[in-house]
Amino acid sequence: MKKYMLIMRTTDEALAASKEVDFEEIINRMGAYNEALMDAGVMAGGDGLTDPSEGFVVDFSAEEPIVTDGPYGETHELFNGFWVLQVASREEAVEWAKRCPLGPGSKLEVRRITDESDFEDYADNEYVQKEAGWREQLGTV
Amino acid sequence: MDDLTATLDAVWRIEGPRVVATLARMTGDLSEAEDLAQDAVAEALRVWPESGVPRNAGAWLTTVAKRRAIDGWRRREALDERHRTIAHRLEQEDDLAWEPIEDDLLRLVFTACHPVLAREAQVSLTLRVVAGLSTTEIARLLVTSVPAVQQRIVRAKRTLAEAHVPFEVPDHTEWATRLAAVLTVTYLLFTEGYAPSGGDRWVRRDLAHEALRLGRVLARLLPREPEVHGLVALMELQSSRFAARTDRRGEPVTLADQDRRLWDRGQIARGLTALERVDALGRGRGPYALQASIAACHATAPSFDRTDWERILVLYDALSALVPGPVVRLNRAAALSMTEDGLEPALEEIDRIAADGGLGRSHLVASTRADVLRRLGRTAEARGEFLAAAELAGNELERAWLEQRAAELSPS
Repeated sequence: MKKYMLIMRTTDEALAASKEVDFEEIINRMGAYNEALMDAGVMAGGDGLTDPSEGFVVDFSAEEPIVTDGPYGETHELFNGFWVLQVASREEAVEWAKRCPLGPGSKLEVRRITDESDFEDYADNEYVQKEAGWREQLGTV
Repeated sequence: MDDLTATLDAVWRIEGPRVVATLARMTGDLSEAEDLAQDAVAEALRVWPESGVPRNAGAWLTTVAKRRAIDGWRRREALDERHRTIAHRLEQEDDLAWEPIEDDLLRLVFTACHPVLAREAQVSLTLRVVAGLSTTEIARLLVTSVPAVQQRIVRAKRTLAEAHVPFEVPDHTEWATRLAAVLTVTYLLFTEGYAPSGGDRWVRRDLAHEALRLGRVLARLLPREPEVHGLVALMELQSSRFAARTDRRGEPVTLADQDRRLWDRGQIARGLTALERVDALGRGRGPYALQASIAACHATAPSFDRTDWERILVLYDALSALVPGPVVRLNRAAALSMTEDGLEPALEEIDRIAADGGLGRSHLVASTRADVLRRLGRTAEARGEFLAAAELAGNELERAWLEQRAAELSPS
């Protein structure tokens, strides 16, 4: 079993359009999707992000980091939430992603989350070893 | 495996159980439902390369299977009145009736684990129709061939059909034994993944993960059953130790020597939460919940030596009262050996277990006895006992490990 992150991206336009829709309807649709993930035993976590206007950006292009108000850069695609699924195959991650109740203007990027097998060649590295301890401290997997 | 097969396997994994469950409700027959679903999958393999994977693949499969079901019953309607009635009824049912409902999935679980089926058949059928695995995947996980798996499933379906097993949730008179069978099948898959009895791999993590996933599905279907949560708790807590159970060369590491930082804390937390659910139901802790409680003692102990062995002993006593047996007794003896001045009484108890003979020629008695002898400083005897255990072990890695323990005790 591998973990995959479903990264939800949307556009300003889609976000504006979604404000026209009954918010409870959106909650219900997403809720049903999340419930299906729970019922199938594949949900390992996830969260939504608040409006990008609340965010800020730290840019390292100059000598000193420059902090500006969000949203991020010129791009019109906004990262606004994620799921972590524990599934048997890449294809299963794809199939679950396809079932997400999102509309035009939205995209999901699906990425595999690294596990200890990705760092096998660096098992002697001090920080790779320390990380095991950090995970314990943080209560993460 | 080509892309389409991989995609279809993934679709089956998500939709298969509901497709089969719906078909079984409509036809009243799980084996026929599975045949129809297989036909629909074959049809998908023919059609999808051209049409692409449909957006609602589950509904697509159900619709194709439904059409086949009606055709099939129509062909047979000439035979007698019963077939005619069923064909007519299937046709009349509106599409809404073909929508999956949660109860169908529950019926599916109970039918796949029906007592007319041998354990092996229950396991394969459950993996196929409840967990939604492909036969290739099942063969890989059970370390057998695809034809062997297909054979088991075909035979299981025939048995269900011949016994006229109704597709239903058992009534209260049967409930407890039927539920016990469902939990046994799930736990069997887990233990085979956690500590394989044969083969050369110390842990078959994928199989254990499948069992855990199945357990989570059961917990959603049967939220009021304490033992379901108990089993989930046990599996979460046991599998939290996966990363620590082997070292970097793949050699097994015993509980005493495991690097506890590698234990999966998220999984431990989920296990403890599942145990809380057991207690919240207020009907006490059953055998799975008690085993989970023991696992929880280990999971929350700061080190092996600072484990609450007295509490573990009490939990084993409770477990023995519910499910007496030599394995529980042996584990209890191992816990006893860890308590203060417990080594001698533990050795006496292990000898009594061996004398009673309940474990036959299992390597477990010898390896437990060997470890107690080692800690008592009776090195030569311990060495002999480790070698005896090695000879009896079925798992090659386990045998090598036991031989290694014996070698460490060799006079230098």
